[in-house]
Amino acid sequence: MKVVLMGGTRGMGRAVGRELCEKGAELFLLGIDHHDLEKSAADFEQRGGGKRRVAFAECDMEAPDKFAEALDRADHALGGFDTVVVTAGLFATQEVLEEDIAFTQRLLNVNFANTVLFCEHARKRLLARGGGTLCVFSSVAGDRGRKPVILYGASKAGLSAYLEGLDHKFRSQNLKTICIKPGFVKTSMTEGLKAPPFAGEPDGVARAVVKAIERGTPVRYTPLIWGVILMVIRLLPRFVMRRIGF
Amino acid sequence: MHLSRGLGRSYGDSSLLAAGDTVALGTTLADRILAFDEATGLLRAEAGLCLAELNRLFLSRLWFTPVTPGTKFVTLGGMVASDVHGKNHHVSGTFGRHVQKLRIRAANGEIVDCSRTERPELFLATLGGMGLTGHILEVSVLLEKIPSPWIYTESYRISGFDELVERLKDAGKAWPFTVSWMDTVARGKNMGRGILYVGRWATAEEAPPGLPRPKPALTMPFSLPSGLLNRFTIGAFNELVYRSHFQLEKKGFVDPDKYFYPLDFIHHWNRGYGKRGVTQHQSVIPTESGAVGIRDMVETLARAGTASFLTIVKDCGAEGDGLLSFPRSGMSLALDLPIRDDTQQVVDRLNATVIEHGGRIYLTKDGLTRAEDYRTMDPRLPEFLRVRKEWDSDGQLRSAQSRRLFGE
Repeated sequence: MKVVLMGGTRGMGRAVGRELCEKGAELFLLGIDHHDLEKSAADFEQRGGGKRRVAFAECDMEAPDKFAEALDRADHALGGFDTVVVTAGLFATQEVLEEDIAFTQRLLNVNFANTVLFCEHARKRLLARGGGTLCVFSSVAGDRGRKPVILYGASKAGLSAYLEGLDHKFRSQNLKTICIKPGFVKTSMTEGLKAPPFAGEPDGVARAVVKAIERGTPVRYTPLIWGVILMVIRLLPRFVMRRIGF
Repeated sequence: MHLSRGLGRSYGDSSLLAAGDTVALGTTLADRILAFDEATGLLRAEAGLCLAELNRLFLSRLWFTPVTPGTKFVTLGGMVASDVHGKNHHVSGTFGRHVQKLRIRAANGEIVDCSRTERPELFLATLGGMGLTGHILEVSVLLEKIPSPWIYTESYRISGFDELVERLKDAGKAWPFTVSWMDTVARGKNMGRGILYVGRWATAEEAPPGLPRPKPALTMPFSLPSGLLNRFTIGAFNELVYRSHFQLEKKGFVDPDKYFYPLDFIHHWNRGYGKRGVTQHQSVIPTESGAVGIRDMVETLARAGTASFLTIVKDCGAEGDGLLSFPRSGMSLALDLPIRDDTQQVVDRLNATVIEHGGRIYLTKDGLTRAEDYRTMDPRLPEFLRVRKEWDSDGQLRSAQSRRLFGE
C-alpha cells in the first residue's frame, strides 16, 4: 500500500499513520508545520521498523491552490500512490463558533469546501491510474442536525454526502471511497471536553480505519457502538430532537 | 502550570497537585519516537512515550530498555523523574545512568537541552528530581542490545531470612537480574523465608523460537472490600506462594513481560485493596546493616498487626549521579501496606528504623513520610533545592509531595 496521509501529526491521524506503517505501508505525510512533520515522519519510520524512509511535505487545508503541487510531490516520492487518507479538519464547540464568525468561516471552508477540493485532486489522480482508495474522516456529527454541533455537524454532513455520491459513482471504476465517522474520541481536538460514555481511543479508531481500507467498507462508525447510537438518533422524530440536548 | 505528570503510577502524591493548584499538564500525547540509531542504540523520544509501547516496538528488533521498573505503564519522562531502578540495579544502575541528554521546558518557559556536559547541574537534578526542575520534553537514552527476546530464569525456595540475604548477594555476582520475594508474616524459624528469582537474557541459540506472544490481561472490575487483605489473608496467600514453589529450584524461559511486569497482567490490581487503597514503603539500607534493618522493619509490621502483600527485597549497587536518585549500595525493602487507621504511625516507625541505619526512602513510593524525617535521611536535599531554585526562582513547579516534604 502506498499512502498519502493528509493530517497525521496529531490525534487520530497520528494513530492511523502508525497503524499503516506497522502493517508495512509506504507513507507520505502532508501537514502544516515543517518541524512537526519532521518529528512525526521520524516516528512513523520507527513504527515501520526503521528501514523505510517516510517523506513529507507542507500542505495546509486552508491553501487549496497548493493541493495539486503537494499531491504531485507525494506521487513522485512514492512512485505512484494508491491510497489517500484525509484526517485534517477543524473543530470548535457550538458556543465558540456562535461567537466567532471568522473561525466559523475557516471551519466551514476547511471541513467542507477545501476537503472536497482536496478529494477532487486525489480522486482524479487515482482514477487516472485505474482506481484506489480514498478514505476521509467525516463525523457522526454530520448524521443529523443536533443542538451541540450545528455548525461543525453541517460541515461534516456536507462532506459525508459528497463522499457517498463519490462512492456510488466511482466504485465501478475501482475507486473505493471510505467515509469514517468517529464518535467522541479522546484526542488533542477534544481536549478539555468532558468525555461521554463510549468515548474512543485513537488506537482503536486507527485499527478500524485500516481494516475499513483493507475491506473497502464504504461507511465505518468507530467505535462501532456509535453506529447504533446514531441509528437511534436518526430515527427520533423532530419534536423529540427539539426537546433533548443531544 | 505547576506540575507535569505522565501515567500517574507513582504510589504516593508525587504526581498529584498541591492543594489549591488546579491544572496538571499531561505528557502522554507527546509520545513520538524522534530518532533511533541502530549502530549505537541511542533512542531519542518525546517524554510521554509509554514503556509498554517502546518494548512492543523494539523487542522484536532485539533492543530493550537498559533499566526497567516493575511496571511497563510508565512514561520515559516518569522514568527519568523517578530515576527508576530494576532487577539489574547491582550491575546497570538506575535508568538515569543510561540517559544521555534531556530537553526540558524550564519554569520560565525557556526550552533547554542538558546532559552531563551541558548544564550538568540541571541534568543531574532532573534525574530523580520528581519533575520539579521543569517539564521534561525529550529523553535521549541508550537502549541495550539483547541476544534474544526471551529471559532465562531460575528461582529458588529459601527457608529463612539470613540465607535469603546471603543468596541474594551471591546471586548478584553471577546474574544480571536478581530479586527476591519475602514472606513478612511467617515468624520464628520461618521468618524471612522467600523465593529468590534470578535471570538473564537467553542466548540466541537456547531461546525458544519466535517472539513471546502477547497475553491478554485481566481486569479487576470493582474494588474489593477494604480490609480483605489483612495479616491473616496475606499470611495464607504467602503460605500458598511459598508452598506452590514446591521444588527447591525451578528454571526455564519466560516472556520478559511475565518476568518484569507480573502485576501488569491484572489491570487495576490496586482495587484489590478496596477504596481505602494501598501505599508502599520502599527503603534502602546501607550494606553494613542492611540485614538488621530489614529484620527490624519486618518486626515493626508484626507488632502493628499488619502485613505486606508483596514484599520485595533487592540488593542495590552503587549510588547514581542523580541528585535525589533513590538507590545506594545496600539492601532495599519494598512493602505494600494496605491503608488502615494506623498506617501513618507504621510508616513513622519504619522510617525511624531507616534513619537509625543510615538509609533512605524512595520518593516515588511515598505518600506519608514526614518532612523532618526525609531531611534527616537525605543530606543531598539542600543541594537539590538550590538547583531547583535556580531554575524556578518564582517557585512555580510543585506537587503535593514537594509541599509536604520540601515546604513548597
